[in-house]
Parts: sequence; structure tokens; C-alpha cells
Amino acid sequence: MNILTPQELADVMKEAAGDGFQSARCTEWAEGVKGLTSKQVWVNLSRESLRPAIQRLIDIHYPHVAVIAFADTGEQVDLIYHLYIYYGIPHEEVLITLTVSLDKTDLKIPTITDLIPGALTSEREKQEMLGIEVVGIPDGRRLFLPEDFPEGVYPWRKDESGIPSDMIKELWATGREGLPTCATCEAPPLAPASQGEPS
Amino acid sequence: MKTLEVKKPSGYTSQFGPAHPAFKEPVMFTLELEGERILKADFAPGQAHRGIEWMGMRRNCLQVVFLAERICGLCGITHALSFCRAVEQIAQIQPSNRAHYIRTIIAELERIHSHLLWAGVEAHQLGFDSAFYLALKVRENVLDLLEALTGSRVHYSVIQIGGVRRDITPEQCADIEKSLQFYDETYEKLVSIFLEDTSIKMRCRDTGVLTPELALKLCPVGPTARASGIRKDVRVDHPYAAYADLDIHPILPDEYTGEIRGDVYDRIVVRILELKQSIGIIRECIAKMPEEGDLLAIPKLGVLLAKLKAADGEAVGRHEAPRGEVMHYVRLTAGEEAPTAWKVKASSYSNYMAWIPMLEGDQIADIPVIVASIDPCISCTDRVAMVRGDHTELLTKDDLHRLSVERMRRIQAELSAG
Repeated sequence: MNILTPQELADVMKEAAGDGFQSARCTEWAEGVKGLTSKQVWVNLSRESLRPAIQRLIDIHYPHVAVIAFADTGEQVDLIYHLYIYYGIPHEEVLITLTVSLDKTDLKIPTITDLIPGALTSEREKQEMLGIEVVGIPDGRRLFLPEDFPEGVYPWRKDESGIPSDMIKELWATGREGLPTCATCEAPPLAPASQGEPS
Repeated sequence: MKTLEVKKPSGYTSQFGPAHPAFKEPVMFTLELEGERILKADFAPGQAHRGIEWMGMRRNCLQVVFLAERICGLCGITHALSFCRAVEQIAQIQPSNRAHYIRTIIAELERIHSHLLWAGVEAHQLGFDSAFYLALKVRENVLDLLEALTGSRVHYSVIQIGGVRRDITPEQCADIEKSLQFYDETYEKLVSIFLEDTSIKMRCRDTGVLTPELALKLCPVGPTARASGIRKDVRVDHPYAAYADLDIHPILPDEYTGEIRGDVYDRIVVRILELKQSIGIIRECIAKMPEEGDLLAIPKLGVLLAKLKAADGEAVGRHEAPRGEVMHYVRLTAGEEAPTAWKVKASSYSNYMAWIPMLEGDQIADIPVIVASIDPCISCTDRVAMVRGDHTELLTKDDLHRLSVERMRRIQAELSAG
């Protein structure tokens, strides 16, 4: 297999993303006595270029989807696709990170599960935790949140649709006498013990 | 004559879990069955979701190190190491090589105890309880060693941003060697019990198969992926800590059996062989460990916090946990103490999807064996949903604490009265 360097991979991504390409950079980090470096390629692209870029990666080496990470940057939500290629070749693995910034007024992203089925867990999680609509997702049910969790509350958002203060449990406050209590927890203090303290 | 039409029994749907005696942690399976055979499987995790990422994005990086460590009791070092590696890359803090070697030694000791616990649990699911007792008995040795090295059997609190918090002295190296010799002897016994026993082989061969094609597409990690023939091991693929200096290779089941079938037995093979690999890695690390080197790159916490507050950027920290790759994505913004974004990808997160093809087509009786074979880690719970009659109530830690105190007082009253 002809192994492309990180810079060559960045160029390939630029070509595959076409007009949707925004920026690319390569980083390295070395640990240990031998100082071998691990390689990362960071690409920013538009929503329309995501699938062509992943399709191109599949042609090079079938990527392993680690996770779709996220960042709420205020007006936008960044979806950060982490894919590895060249795993199985000692010390040659490259992390390709594809970042797509979506405006909060239009939180839609095409699914990639038809290309890489393993991305389903992460796509379902992004829908429930961030309020993203994954267009074409084969299974759009909730995954981690309970069924009775309110609609329209997205735990990872940092705006008004995030977790409201009355949902925060403040588990450190036990409600016992003499210990600090919190504003939101309404547990009354326990009645004093009739016969000694439990051990 | 009228012929009696025999109606073919149609399939039915059954639930398995969320709290089931065969599972150590809560996860719910919904199964479509035909007789004893599973036609279709679906699962619902999240019974134990604690919102750790939410908490982490409201704390400073030094607090997050300890919070990350508490994501999992077994992988105490894994999450702290991954988070610290991500932060170190953003802030350009390079730990000394001695610190890298200490991290590697503790991480491999953790792998030994985690794999032994898993071997015990899997034996218990197989109904082989004498092997369960043996695995847990020999696991005590490495837990005692970890306690001697770090002060704690779980949650070692040894990793810090920029290095480690405790050294390994020459006397402790001798203790480690003693423990490794114990595991050299035990290893032969474990191989004969787990890999050569006829009943384990009969039960696990061709049970819960994950084909190499599906293993590639569903993106599992760690022993689950390697047992299906995917050469993927973060320690080999991605140079980090002391692993880049060592001569290691991903362990695939064909090393022992000569073939790859991707069944439960292959997963047992991979984990048992990895015990031997870990023993070798620790020995090599002790032999090669640099004498010189600071434990912490920035020992003063105030200075470290100030540097982290000024740091700006994003990075990914990874580690091959006993169950497979753990990955932390961290984004720091200059001027802010808490991470702007923090995504934790635990190993079981990647392995969940592999359950479905493993379960479909297999028998109900094999569910515990298959579910445990990926070594799932579902984490402890912070609240319990109770269904009583036709209504559901949510018990918080407050309620549980109150209930347990009330019960204790009731028992005390009964005892003193009787």
C-alpha cells in the first residue's frame, strides 16, 4: 500500500471537498525515547463536502470512525468527525478530523451510516444531545437519554436549550442536618433518629 | 375428513434487562425470538448516564483529571491518561520520558487486573464458578501491587497533566518483578483452564460470531475487533507514552489457534494472550526506564492552571484501554478555565453495535456469554427508575440515602424490641 503523508492527505481532502473546503492543517506530537510522532490532519469543510470527503477516504483505506465530537461555539455548533486510516500498520496511523460548522438556525447534516455503519451510535447521540437533525439516519430513536426526558432540551448545548437549572440534581447535597444544602434540591432534613445513629 | 390446520408458532418479543442477574451493569435488550433462537436484537443503554461531559465543561482542567478518572472504576488510569494527553498537546507540555514509562507500567498493570476480572466474569456466565474464583483470587496480587505503588486499588490518581504524581522506586521495581513472576506461573494455569478446557471450547466456539467484514464496518475496538481479525491496537498504531519504544504487535487469535473465527472463544484467546504481552511490556519498561527525569513537567499547580487558562486549541488524547481504544477530544479557549468542548469516547461506546450481529441467530442461553464477551463497561448509576404498579418514579441519591437510613433504623428498632 502506498502510504500518503499527512500533507498529501490534506491535499487529497482539499480536492475531494471541492468548493466546500475551508482550511486544513497537519499536526504532530512525539512521546517516548525514540521520539516517533503521531500524525493528525485537521480539515474544516462545509456540510455538502462531508460525504465526498469520507467517500474519498474509503477509497484510500476504509476508515475507522472513532466518534463524532462536538463544540457549541455560540452562533454555531461544530461537528467534529474523527476517523483513522492506516491502522494496522505500526506507527503509521493518521487521525483525520473533519470539522463541519452548522448555524444554529439550520442544524442539519447528512448521515454517513450508509458509508460507515459504525457511525450510527454517534449520530443518534448527536441528535438527542445537541438537537442536530441527521438527514437519512436509519434509526433516529434516542440512545442514552431516558424516554421521559423532556423534548427540546439538549444537554450539550450552552444556550437556552441546554439543561435548565431546575433539572440539576446537586447530588452532593444529601439533605442531612448540619451539611450544606443546595438551592435547587428540596429534600427536607431527616427526622432525628430515635435510637442512636446508624453505623 | 377435516384436516386440522396446525398454526406455526409465530415469534414473540421479550426483554432482557435492564437489571438482570447475568449483567453486572444495567443495559436493556429487546429480543425478537422464535423458540429459543434470537431473530432480532436491539439494545438500550443509558440506564446509567451521569452527564460527566456536562460536568467537565463546567470545571477547570485539573478538576476534570479526577472527574475523568471516575468515569470508570476499572479503567482508572485510562480516562485520566487520555484527557491529560489531549491537554498536554494543546498546551505543549511534554512530560519527561521517565513519566511516560511510569504511565505505561501502571496502564499495563491495569490491563492485567481488568482482563483477569473479565476472565472471571466470563467463566461465571459460562457456569464455571471454580474458574471465576480462581481468576478473582489471582487478581488480588496485582491489586495489592497497585495499592503499594499508588496508594489505591482503584482510582490510582497517579496521572497528572504534565506527568505522574508518584515515582516507582528500585525497591518497588523488585516488588513488581515478584508479582510478574507470580503471573508467569499463573499464566500456564489460566491457559489450561480457559483455552484448553473442552466444555469452554464447546460452549464458546462459533457462539456470538462477528465476521471480519462486519468488524470493519461497525468499527469496534480492542480485543473485540482483534478477535475478528482487525489489526487495530492503539499501542502499536499510534506512538505514545513508552509504547513507541517497545517491540509489540497486535494480538490476533490465529497466533494460538491458527485461524480467525471471530467468536467468543477467539475473544477469550486474545485477552488471555494479552496477559502475557502485558507482563512482557512491564518487564521491558522497567529495564529501559530512564533514571533521570522530573515526575511533573510543571509541579506547581497554580502555574499549571495559569498555563492551561492561556492555552488555546484542540487535540485528541488516546489510550488503548483493556477494552479497546479510549479517546478524549478536548478544546480549550484562551481565557477560559473550563474546556469549551470535551467528548469522551469510551471503548464500549464503539463495541455496543457489535452486539447485534453477535446475538442474532444465537440462543437465549448464550446471551450472558455473548454480552460479557465484549467486556462491556456501562458504569455505575446515579439514579434508579422504579416501576410500581402503573406508575414510574425516579429515585435520586437523596431518596436512596433516606430509604437506606430509614431501613437501618427500622432494623435497629426491631432488633432492640425483639
